[in-house]
Amino acid sequence: MNLSSISTSLFVGILSLSSVASAEPWSAPIAHILAVGPEGSGNPDAAEAGQTLTALGSLALLPSLEAMAEANPLARNWLRSVVEAIVADAADSPGSLPIENIKAFLLDRKNDPLARHLAFDLYTLLGPDDAFTLIPGMIDDPSPPLRREAVALQIKEGNRLFAANDKGASVTTFKSALDAARDVDQIDEIAKTLRKGLSQTVDLQRQFGFLSHWNVIGPFDNTDQAGFAKVSPPEESIDLSASYSGKDDKMIAWQPYATSDDYGMVDLNQPYSPLKQVLGYAYTEYDAPAARRAELRLGCKNAWKIWLNGEYLFGRDEYHRGIRIDQYVLPIKLKKGRNTILVKVCQNEQEQDWTVEWQFQLRICDESGSALLATDRPPTPEAAPAPRRPAAPAN
Amino acid sequence: MRFLSKFSRQVLIGALLLAPCLTRADWLNFRGPDASGYDATITELPTELSEKTQAWKVALPGRGLSSPLLIGDRVFLTAASGPEQKQLHVLCFAAADGALIWERRFWATGRTMSHKKTNVAAPTAASDGKRIYALYSSNDLICLDLDGRVQWMRGLTLDYPNASNSLGMASSPLVVGDTLVAQIENDSESFAAGFDLLTGANRWKIDRPKSANWTSPVSLRVDGEPVVALQSGDGILGLVPATGSPLFTLPGNASTIPSSAASGDQLIVPANGLTAVRISPDGAEPTALWKEENNRPGTASPLVIGDKVYVINNAGVIACSSLATGERVWRTRLEGGAFSASPVAGNNGHLYVCNEEGVLQAVDLSGAEGKVVSSIALGETVLGTPSLAQGAIYVRSDGHLWKFRK
Repeated sequence: MNLSSISTSLFVGILSLSSVASAEPWSAPIAHILAVGPEGSGNPDAAEAGQTLTALGSLALLPSLEAMAEANPLARNWLRSVVEAIVADAADSPGSLPIENIKAFLLDRKNDPLARHLAFDLYTLLGPDDAFTLIPGMIDDPSPPLRREAVALQIKEGNRLFAANDKGASVTTFKSALDAARDVDQIDEIAKTLRKGLSQTVDLQRQFGFLSHWNVIGPFDNTDQAGFAKVSPPEESIDLSASYSGKDDKMIAWQPYATSDDYGMVDLNQPYSPLKQVLGYAYTEYDAPAARRAELRLGCKNAWKIWLNGEYLFGRDEYHRGIRIDQYVLPIKLKKGRNTILVKVCQNEQEQDWTVEWQFQLRICDESGSALLATDRPPTPEAAPAPRRPAAPAN
Repeated sequence: MRFLSKFSRQVLIGALLLAPCLTRADWLNFRGPDASGYDATITELPTELSEKTQAWKVALPGRGLSSPLLIGDRVFLTAASGPEQKQLHVLCFAAADGALIWERRFWATGRTMSHKKTNVAAPTAASDGKRIYALYSSNDLICLDLDGRVQWMRGLTLDYPNASNSLGMASSPLVVGDTLVAQIENDSESFAAGFDLLTGANRWKIDRPKSANWTSPVSLRVDGEPVVALQSGDGILGLVPATGSPLFTLPGNASTIPSSAASGDQLIVPANGLTAVRISPDGAEPTALWKEENNRPGTASPLVIGDKVYVINNAGVIACSSLATGERVWRTRLEGGAFSASPVAGNNGHLYVCNEEGVLQAVDLSGAEGKVVSSIALGETVLGTPSLAQGAIYVRSDGHLWKFRK
């Protein structure tokens, strides 16, 4: 290190110190918490920072909520523990907490969705009795848990109108609730009432944004589950006019497949009959109106792999432990125009009656669960068979 | 200490010497000491289970199968709530009256899907008496001190993205020495790890059989040294808890639901019915002692008290066998048919167990045959194993936590 570089280091050091000195007292500890990373890295610093922030009390409450916007999931939990500890410490003097600032944070839709829900909890706990009056305005909120509160109110109102035999108003209320709902249990409840109680048509597949039209090919061999790791031709290139040698050397070709299932279930047992120790591929294209971040949300009780635009995203070799909507959430970047999606679905050797399924369901949505429909989305297939659905979510 | 009189000094020294003896036994993990279900230092427990002996009952904010931890005058418990169980809770209650002392909540960072019978707060937390290590089915592992200050956090599914079980994880971690041992075993990214108690960093991590496994580690002593036994469908693997170095293996078809029971250097394994082995200090394969194919545990783990082994089968029948030979001594039917909770016992000649319908029962073990001498219907489904403290029994459902006292 020559003199010049020493001087430079000193200068940078002095600059850093001066910047810390001029920063707010919560800046450095929040930075430490935001730095937590994989496999426990940053934990000791975060623990110390958490104590520092908690000791700052109400001063650090809003900065901790605000920092959640740039926090990874672990750092967000660290910050939540700080916020809740500050509130608990102020139990004897709740007036010392910035109630109106918490309300303003809650109402600002640019803030982190989970942080805003936490702010709602705090405001409900600490604020004046007007928290309830805020809920109806959350019906189109980007924060899923806040929106859920507003949808629950609309469901309650729809049921009241239904019980009062005001079917017209009940239909209007339930349809509004359906447009707003993002959680599976609420959508199910609303759709059931609209269909059975109010004789309305509900396109659940479109509501969720399930992909319904595919090309499928199979069966390839998956004896001893070896096919999961083996690369078959569709993984190398997509040629929907091609034929390949499949399991037992039988020639197989792509064929179109469309599902009318409410929950977009692509059932490979339908084209191929129930088989064991096999695998198949499903391919579709999705036309996006603009490049954007999105989520692929998959439900599957078989082993699976998935590719977007030829790029491998994720795979999982678990068989027959359960399926539910949004079982796996994969963040993606859609490109404008045509996007390609390839799903590999593997069936194992188990013979129990609960291991027959060879299927998956896939939808594209934003981070709040709102369906993102392709510009060229075909109509949901009609003549739906008897409604079917995967196992209900836990709870 | 010049200002202290000779008498005062004697009193102080006496108190210091007596302090360890007077320390209340803590229940620090699933099935208590060494994850055995048995605490010989607990000599007083209520044998009448009734409204009269119910000290308190408190509502819980979420579901859970996890057992309470009992440390000093506090009770610690985990729960999960929300439409998809994405909200995780750690709760601290006063043992005296059930008052909530503190609660911390976290967002699950891993998958929260589970079979509807179980839930995200299925694993019981562990403790070293100074800190709580709360593990959830979402593979969130959170360390707090006894006053609720977060010490460290791990999102094990963030670190190891295929480590999950769509039916739910349930293995409970265990502190052995200065290491927290956890089995994160499943069909895909299956592993066991030892975590540093102070930082949460991996001390070791080993691959485990790619198969769903809900059993929990147990600890035993071989030549005076602590050993951790990990159970899976492939058998038993004995490890040095601090390093994860293998010590012995016991191949075979061990159960993936009920866990083993340790007693000294013996291990009672739910395998081929029930199998007893003695662990050798030289690392050789364990010595087979006996095997009883007709003594098959259901969901509940076996319990060793003194020279007897107690097993509850899937029909709700409890069998008492000789620890030395495996031969059956007696068996009797418990109240109610299905048991998810494991039996636990102190040193008062009774064991305690709760069936899935929520009938908590005390079984007198002093006679020629076991006898249910008292029971109380809690009125809620109970799948979690009770915990014991001197003079008290704690049990939880999805909705409540109860304390019964002598």
